[in-house]
Amino acid sequence: MSLPIAPILGILSDNLRKRGSVLPLSKRTATGWARGLGLPRGGETILYTGQMYQMIPALEVMSAQMAALENSFMTRFFGIGRVFNKFVNLSFFMSLSASSEKKRHSNQVLRDIAGLLREAGVEFGYLYEEELYAGALVHDEGMDEVFANHARRVAERLKKQGVRRLITVDPHTTNILRQVYPRYVKDFDIQVQSYLEVLAEAHPEATEPVNGEVVVHDSCVYARYEKMFDQPRELLRAAGLAVRDPELSGKSSHCCGGPLESLFPAEAHRISGARVDQLEAKGKNVVTMCPICKVNLSKAAGNRLIIHDIATTLAACRRQAAPNG
Amino acid sequence: MLRASSELAARMKEAEGFNAWACFHCGTCTALCPLGYEILPRKLFREAMLGLEDRVRASIPQIFSCLLCRMCEENCPAEVHIAENIRTLRYLINRQEFGLK
Repeated sequence: MSLPIAPILGILSDNLRKRGSVLPLSKRTATGWARGLGLPRGGETILYTGQMYQMIPALEVMSAQMAALENSFMTRFFGIGRVFNKFVNLSFFMSLSASSEKKRHSNQVLRDIAGLLREAGVEFGYLYEEELYAGALVHDEGMDEVFANHARRVAERLKKQGVRRLITVDPHTTNILRQVYPRYVKDFDIQVQSYLEVLAEAHPEATEPVNGEVVVHDSCVYARYEKMFDQPRELLRAAGLAVRDPELSGKSSHCCGGPLESLFPAEAHRISGARVDQLEAKGKNVVTMCPICKVNLSKAAGNRLIIHDIATTLAACRRQAAPNG
Repeated sequence: MLRASSELAARMKEAEGFNAWACFHCGTCTALCPLGYEILPRKLFREAMLGLEDRVRASIPQIFSCLLCRMCEENCPAEVHIAENIRTLRYLINRQEFGLK
C-alpha cells in the first residue's frame, strides 16, 4: 500500500504551524555549525541557511523509515501518528537517531560556505536561533494558507532584525525567498542572493589547476526556476578544476528524485537511479549544489560515484592551492 | 458515464496562476517527464477544466508525485505554467479532500 498522502502532509503542516519547521530541530542542531566562527549576530547582510543542511541527517532517517513503511500494513496508522505528533515532536527522535558523522558533514558544508564568503571579502552576520525554515516544502505541496502565515512570520522577524540582504545556501530557500515571498508577503523587498552568485560576482582569481575533474549535477530549482547554472561552473573552473557536463545539464538538468522522498520513496529511488547512470557516464566525482540532491544521489549511487557538495569542493581546492594560507 | 462538476470547472477558471487554457496537446510535457506518467499534465489539466471531479480524484497520487522539476514547463511551446498548475490542483485537493489549508 502506498504511503498515505493526507496524514503525511498534515504532519508537515502541523509542524510548520506549531513548531516553525517541517522537521523541527533543536537550537543546538540548527546553530551548532557556527560555533567558534565568531559570526556577528544579526546585521543588514545575513547568511541565511534556512536550516536545510541541518535537517538533512534527520531527513535521511525519516526517508529510510518511509521507504521501509511503503507497501506495509503500517501505512494504516499514519492518521494516529499525526494526532500523536501534535503533542510530541516525532522528528526530535529522528534527529536523535541521525548519525553524528552526517551531522558533522552538514555542519562542515555550512562552515565551508562561510569561509568562502569571508575569503571573498563578503561581510555578513547570522541570526542564530532567530533563523527559521523558509517553508518551501509546504508551498510545493500546495498548503498555501499555512505557508502564507509562516512566510509572514519569517518576514516580520527579518524586518525586526533590520535585515536588508540575505545570502542563501541552497536552491529551495533561495527560490522561495526570492520569487515566492514577494507574492505572499506585502512589501517584501529584501534582496536575496545565493552564495554561489555572491562568490561569482566577487570574481575569484583563478588558481593553479588542481589536477581534478568533476561532473556537475545542476539542481532543477537553481537551473530552471532561477536560471542559475553558469556561476557554479565559473567557480569550479576558477578553483582549478576541469568541469564536465552529463547528458542532461544546465536548464535541461535531470531531477535527482528528491522531491518524492517523503511520499513516494520507491519512485524517488527510480528517478535518482536514472540520474546516477547519466552522471556515471561522465566521471566518478560529482558535484551537487543542493543538500537534497546530494543525499538522494548518494543513496542511489552507493560506491559507484563520489558525490561532493560544491562548497566542500571549492574550499578544498582553495586549501590545496594555498596550503600555508 | 462521466460526471462533470460545474463547481470544479468554475474553480479552475478562477484559480489564480492556473493557465492550462493555452495547451494544444502537443505532448512535449508527457515525452519529457522523468516520471514517464502518461497522464501528466495535459490530460489532467483538461479533465480539471471540464470539471471531471472523479477523474481528478483518481489522479491524486500522480498529482502529488509530480517532481515540480519544470522539465516539461521549460520546453512547453504554449508557455503553460505546468508546475504552478499542479500546485494549484494540490491546493484544491488539500482543501476539499484532505481538510488541509
